[in-house]
Amino acid sequence: MTVMRFWSPTRQDASDIDEGAEEIPAKSALVPADSVAGRSVVIVIAIMTFLAALAANVAILVADASVEWRSDIAREATVQVRPTAGRDIEADVLTAAEAMRRTPGVLEARIYAQSESEALLKPWLGEGLDLSELPTPRMIVLKLDAENRVDIDRLRVELERVVPNAVLDDHHVFIERLGDMARAAVATAALVFVLILAAMAVAVTSATRAAVATNREIVEVLHMVGAADAFIAREFQRRFMALGLRGALMGGGGAVAFFVLAQFLARRWRTTGGGEQMEAMFGDFSLGVSGFLAILLLSGGVAALTGYLSRYIVLRHLRRLG
Amino acid sequence: MLTFENVGLRYGVGAETLRDINFHVAPRSFQFLTGPSGAGKTSLMRLIIMTLRPTRGLINIFGKDTAALSNEDVAETRRGIGVVFQDFRLLDHLTVYENVALPLRVLGREEWSYRGEVIELLRWVGLGERAHAVPTILSGGEKQRAAIARALISQPKLLLADEPTGNVDPTLARRILRLFIELHKSGTAVIIATHDLTLMDQYEEARRLVLADGRLHIFE
Repeated sequence: MTVMRFWSPTRQDASDIDEGAEEIPAKSALVPADSVAGRSVVIVIAIMTFLAALAANVAILVADASVEWRSDIAREATVQVRPTAGRDIEADVLTAAEAMRRTPGVLEARIYAQSESEALLKPWLGEGLDLSELPTPRMIVLKLDAENRVDIDRLRVELERVVPNAVLDDHHVFIERLGDMARAAVATAALVFVLILAAMAVAVTSATRAAVATNREIVEVLHMVGAADAFIAREFQRRFMALGLRGALMGGGGAVAFFVLAQFLARRWRTTGGGEQMEAMFGDFSLGVSGFLAILLLSGGVAALTGYLSRYIVLRHLRRLG
Repeated sequence: MLTFENVGLRYGVGAETLRDINFHVAPRSFQFLTGPSGAGKTSLMRLIIMTLRPTRGLINIFGKDTAALSNEDVAETRRGIGVVFQDFRLLDHLTVYENVALPLRVLGREEWSYRGEVIELLRWVGLGERAHAVPTILSGGEKQRAAIARALISQPKLLLADEPTGNVDPTLARRILRLFIELHKSGTAVIIATHDLTLMDQYEEARRLVLADGRLHIFE
């Protein structure tokens, strides 16, 4: 529809005199890019996103690894047959192993040979000792069926009945300690994650306040031409959301690169002692779908949080002015 | 359209800058607001555009009591008022075209829908060739015309101009006045704050509002 204006010289259709109009620049941002400490904001957000992604994924890796540790350990139990005066320890070991094999839910009962038991003591007692004279206990390692769980209490009663000098250890104390440790590690990572996001929010708040102060004249002009507070806040939100997205993608991308590199190095160092410890703690540093999803969600969340915060700060400032 | 009833304005604890101001601006009317420097012309304009609140009295714009307006209502009311500032208040990071289009952009209109209107108006004020320029490279007169175009683009019901010919030569001043008269004839009420007696003499049909010693004297 053609709208006629009093300044139209010939009162003709506006499209008739529109030649060259396509050369007119479209729409510049109302909040100029150089009026916001853009580079600093992007760098701060990138670093914070990187650290938050690190904290979140360390929590995920430790939580996943702890589930593995616990399920591995829960699938095993140990029978210790102690040497007792007047009893044939070799016969007791065979009796105990046979009793265990008969129990439903026990997949395997492997007897540790005397030499294997002695090998376990070597780190403490050193090489070159004749351990045959020492009353060393004998071990039977049980593999338990994860599907068809064995009744540990019944198993213990049965073992005591057939071999009174045997003790069953289902590792529950160790499993509980591992669980506590994993929960503490996850809670610490979660706390670090929240603190990082809080620090980022403070940084964005300060940058928004500075941007509003720098652009005071623009805000005044926008008010004068009839802009509502929500319109002005939206302009700042758009600017900060773009900065937030850029920083979040840089930080998130950095975190992905970090984990890919860590996975590569972990594979190379797997055979070393330290590598084994790291793998036991964090797994193989493989992010998996949940890790990548967490970084993607975190990056989107950081951009949205940056935009929302800047909008909130500007609106609050304008309402106070009003 | 615009009514002041017993309006007084005081800055801080000093004497009143404006005292017992009573006047009414009818639709399609034209008035010059004049008076010596420091008489309160700019303060009166700021009361009209609601960047100042009166210490006492009632201001009614477009049928609304300004004291009762929310922030959103103030924005809505301002959309019916075009303002030409003495210092232009153009945004330096926007082109002339973008500055003039600003009130339409604020209304949420798409760029393609107002492009023709803005270009027409720029030609009408003689800035057709300067659409791409940023205000920092414009002359004083060009800035003045860009500021006027921005005030006109949304065809406001009321136009306020603070010393619109203060920075231009007499020829351009006459041209700018003709522009305001044209706007007035198209149905807009106009208030021009000026010291320029020559300018006022060129349009004798206009009402004169004279501020002196904080009081307003009206000459029909």
